[in-house]
Formats: sequence, C-alpha cells, structure tokens
Amino acid sequence: MEVEKTFIELLLPYILALAPALAAAVSTGTPILFATLGELVTERGGVLNLGVEGMMMVGSLAAFVICYHTGSPWFGLLCGGAAAMAMSALHGLVCMVFQGSQVVSGLALTIFGVGVANYLGTPYIQQKAEGFTTFSIPLLSSIPLLGRVFFQQDAMVYLSYLLPFLLWFLLRRTRFGLALRASGENPEAVRAAGISPFKMRWASILLGGFLVGLGGAYLALAFMRMWADNLVAGRGWIAVALVIFAFWRPGRAVLGVYLFAGVTAYLFRVQALGVPIPSSIMAMLPYVMTLLVLFVSSLRGKGSGAPADLGNNFKVGD
Amino acid sequence: MFKRLILTGLCLALVLGLFSPNRPQAAQDKKEIKIGFVYISPVGNAGWSYAHDLARQALDKQPGISTYYMESVPEGADAERVILNMARRGYDIICTTSFGYMDPTIKVARQFPKTVFLHCSGYKTAANVSNYFGRVYQARYLTGMVAGSMTKKNEIGYVAAFPIPEVIRGINAFTLGVRAVNPNAKVRVVWTKTWYDPAKEKDAALSLMDVGVDMVTQHQDSPGVQEAAQDRKVYSIGYNTDMSAFAPDVQLTAAIWNWTPFYLDVVDKVRAGTWEAGSFWPGLETGIVDIAPYGKMVPQQVRDSVDARRQEIATGKFVVFGGPVKDQSGKLRIAAGETPDDKELLSMDWFVEGVVGKPE
Repeated sequence: MEVEKTFIELLLPYILALAPALAAAVSTGTPILFATLGELVTERGGVLNLGVEGMMMVGSLAAFVICYHTGSPWFGLLCGGAAAMAMSALHGLVCMVFQGSQVVSGLALTIFGVGVANYLGTPYIQQKAEGFTTFSIPLLSSIPLLGRVFFQQDAMVYLSYLLPFLLWFLLRRTRFGLALRASGENPEAVRAAGISPFKMRWASILLGGFLVGLGGAYLALAFMRMWADNLVAGRGWIAVALVIFAFWRPGRAVLGVYLFAGVTAYLFRVQALGVPIPSSIMAMLPYVMTLLVLFVSSLRGKGSGAPADLGNNFKVGD
Repeated sequence: MFKRLILTGLCLALVLGLFSPNRPQAAQDKKEIKIGFVYISPVGNAGWSYAHDLARQALDKQPGISTYYMESVPEGADAERVILNMARRGYDIICTTSFGYMDPTIKVARQFPKTVFLHCSGYKTAANVSNYFGRVYQARYLTGMVAGSMTKKNEIGYVAAFPIPEVIRGINAFTLGVRAVNPNAKVRVVWTKTWYDPAKEKDAALSLMDVGVDMVTQHQDSPGVQEAAQDRKVYSIGYNTDMSAFAPDVQLTAAIWNWTPFYLDVVDKVRAGTWEAGSFWPGLETGIVDIAPYGKMVPQQVRDSVDARRQEIATGKFVVFGGPVKDQSGKLRIAAGETPDDKELLSMDWFVEGVVGKPE
C-alpha cells in the first residue's frame, strides 16, 4: 500500500500537467488546423498543393503587415487569407491552365513563398502588433478543467472550432460539396452531370488557399503577435502530412492536429518536470505516434480515402 | 565562334578597365579596412546576430573602416559561397559568426592567404584564421545571482537550445549563480532543439510556467521566451542583447555580448600589420560579455552584491567553476580549491547540482 501511494504521488504532477498541455495544444495546434483543413479542401477537389508552407508564410506576413499598419487584426486576418489565396491561384494557373506538374508547382510555391516572405518581412522582424487577445466565453469557460482548456482562448481559436463543422456541412450536405468531391474522384462524371470540374477545382484551390492563409495569420497575429523570420518553421509540411493522416476527412483532421500538438505540448511539460528520458527521444515521439496511428488505422480501414483523381491534371474544355 | 571570342575579350577588357582605376586609389588610402560579417539569422532587434551587428554599426562609424554584412546565411554550401564572394571582393577581414561556418571558413581561407578570417564559436584555426568567443558563462552566473535573489517559489525555468557544451556550460554557470545566493532554488531545463523558432520557444517557456516556475531565461536567438514572460507577467532574464523591449515589465537583466572592443582591436592590429591568428576566449575583464542594465524591480541590495561579484570575476578573484562543484547525482566533479581548465569547460556534458532535467 505504501509503495502504491508514493507511485501515485510520483505520477500526480504528470497527470496535473495534462490540462495545461491540452490548452497549449489548442493554441499551438490552431495554425496547423487551419492549414490542414485548407489543404484538405484543395485535395478533395483533386489538386495536390505542396505549397502550404510557402502560402502560410505569405499569409502570415500579409496579415501581420496589414494589422501593424491599420491596427485591425480582423482586416489583417482577411488580407492574410487573401494573400495565400493569391499564391494558390498561382498554383492553379500553373496546373490548371498550363498543365504543369502539381508536385513541382507546389514545391516551387513553398520555396518562393518562404523566400519572398522572409525578404519582404525584413523591416518588420521582431516588430510587435496588437493582434488577437484571449477572452473567456461566459458559462462555457466555467466548465471544470475543459472550460479553461477550450474557452479561454482567442477569437481565431473559437473560429477554428466552427470550421470543421462548416466544412463537413459544405462537403457532405451541399450540391456544391458533392460536385467538389466528385471533381477529385472522377472529373469526367462531373462533366457528364453538366458541371464544370475545371471551375470546381478552381474553387477548391482558392478556398483551400484562403484557409491556409488564416493558419499563417494565426501564428503572427494571435500566437506571437510579432513577425519573425521563418515564423512558420515547418508547420506547413506537418499540415500536408496530417491531411493523409486524416484520410481526407475534416473530423479526423481535428483529431490528428490536436493529437500531434497535444503530444508536443505535453512532452515540453514533462521535460520541465524533469522526467529522466533524453530530450531527443521525446522530440521524436509526436512523429512516431502519428506514424503508429496511421499504420494501425490503415490496417483496419479500407484504403486511405484519397481522392481517386488526386494530383492528375485534365485538359480544359474538351 | 569568333564573334563569341571577341565578345568575351571585350567583356574582359571592360571588367579590367572598370577595376583598374580603383586599384591605385585603394593603394593611396592604405588605412581603409574593409570588414565583412556573415550572420546565421536575420539581424532584427535582438539576439545573437543583432549583438554582432551592433558592433558592426559601431565599427562603421569609425574613420577608415567600411563594413558589410550578409544575414540569414544557412550553414554549409551557401555559407562557403557567401564567404568566397566576400574574399573575392577584397575584404580585409571576414567574420563568420556561427559554429557551422567553421569548415567553409577554413576552406576559403586556404585560397586567400592574405585575408584575415575570424570564426566565432568554433575550435579550428589556421595561419590566417582565428577562432574567438567570449566567456558569456561569467555573465550567466551573474544573471543567475539576480534570478536566485528574486525568485519566490525557488523554481526557475531555462529554455535551452541544443544539448551541447556551450549551452550546458551556460545552464551550469547560471545555476551556480542561483544557488550561490539561494541554495534551495532549482533550475528546470526544457530543450527546444532550435536556435530560432519564436513560436516553439514561446511554448517551451509557457510549459515551464505551467509546471510552476516563477522566472524564465533562455539560450535561443529569438525573443519568444521574453514574449511569453511578458504575457504571463513572469520575471525573465534575456540573452545576447538587452531584451527589455520585448519584456519591459518583467526583464530583470540579461547576459549580453559587446563585441565592439574585440573587433576594433583586430582592425587596429591588421592595420598595423601585427595581427596573428590564435584562439581567443576573453571574459568580463575585456567587457566582451556583461549584463544588461537592471530592471527597476531589482532591489539595490541585489544590485550591489551582483556588482561586487562582477568585479571579483573581472579581476580574477573569483572563478565561476571553482570547486567544490557537485553534479546532479551529488558526486563531486570539481574538488574544493580546484578550477577546471578551458578544455574541461569546452567539453562540459554534465549538469551541476540544482538543475532539473537531462543534459542530452
């Protein structure tokens, strides 16, 4: 009995660290969530866009610069989305109009986006902007434990709670969503139904781009409220991987993002408590866990759920 | 074929023609020293590269010195290209300010024996390459004393970069400073495995606060940790440069670099022709490292005792790693009366007593 008690006493701080880790997972996961959902929409339409990292950078910078000069985080957010949307339009132009390779164009977009944002952002490095601040939602925030985790955040986080439901509704319950998904599966069928898969793909590229931009904007306007060189630091690539992890479904994307961010945040807190595990092993864990979940669920599921025509170009107008 | 040859010839003539009028001019003004800097991160308003750039700006104001810099240069092949370009353009002194520039610097230096190369934080030297660094751990010790005096919960958080001797030495010196004034205090370490990822470093600082520290310090180049401290109104200690702009209400002080006297000395020696390559590791006595002005919340009594210790370190009366020093397991690592030599300091891979965390 004596041993058991001390064992629980030993474990207690690690259990207590779960709640703040979850709160941190929500705020550090939100930019990845926006980007993952954005890429998910684009890929559902049949277009692979590996430019997420670059688009996030550009969205992040645009949002920051506008907010810095106008003082309005909401206007900044909008511009961040719009800037990333413009970047994704570039991808659309290359792949849809000029029939370029989606993989190459996406990679180029990342290299270009990171470079141009770092270059144009130089005068703003380590400048601060007002941005979004946290506020509690009455009633909801007084729920024990979970209230503090989910309802003492900023406006963009609350927005991110609604987004998966909106996307689910859009993709699953509207004609537009059906046509968009069908363009990713079988563009010929969409054409036969009298809808232009060309237009649907453009819609998926632009909507996806906008959402990715919001993810970038979150980093600059809500999490840091500051501009820094290479602010996105690989989060765009994590988003691309999480779309695969999510089997192209918004609900699973939410799960994947919070799992990934949660493990990362929890390991930081465990380290701070002085757990005797080398930090390199712990830094590896979020990735190992993501791989494991992916492996296990792919054993159980039927196929990955990837849109059948993902990554293929088609000729316009014929 | 011939057209192309003629064109090439013309171009060559043009290039030579453009360059030749400059030559005598340069020879006339023998004292003009051109010094170039290569930075790993953007200069910004704080951090490692900013500290070097403050010195560069100071040099630029001196008569007879012109400066140039390249920021955000990745380590590896890109660095070699940048260093090579600077050497080709005739810079007299080239300072490469990140550990990973070491091999590219040595390589380029071989091709330009008349150019002076200075590499910061490495260990290799050559006939025309010096390595240099500063004993910033001395400043860390002093900031540790401030932290140890000001903590109420006796729990201090340290957001660390990579588990390498330079960072470990800093954590150890800081902890020795903390425990010199407050033997009950603990220093909790979280590794981010980054030099510059503001968002990640901020989250690491928040995680330390979540487990109960009431003070944080950092090793990375971004002000992410200071941002977190300012947000939660937790006392902080900066690094590289005075970071009070990012944490105006909470920064107690910072361990800072002042490279200007070092670079000026090199310029003077190069101009006089007396410069010789070597390894330089100066400390508080030269002013190359120091602590930033105290925040208004630091009481006079704390300032006095830290200032007194600062004087003792600068004059050599006190040695930071002077024994007895125990490690985390309580084993005596440096016996009473002993002082470790530089080789031991440069390969330090263990934590002193009072650190919570693993040095790997």
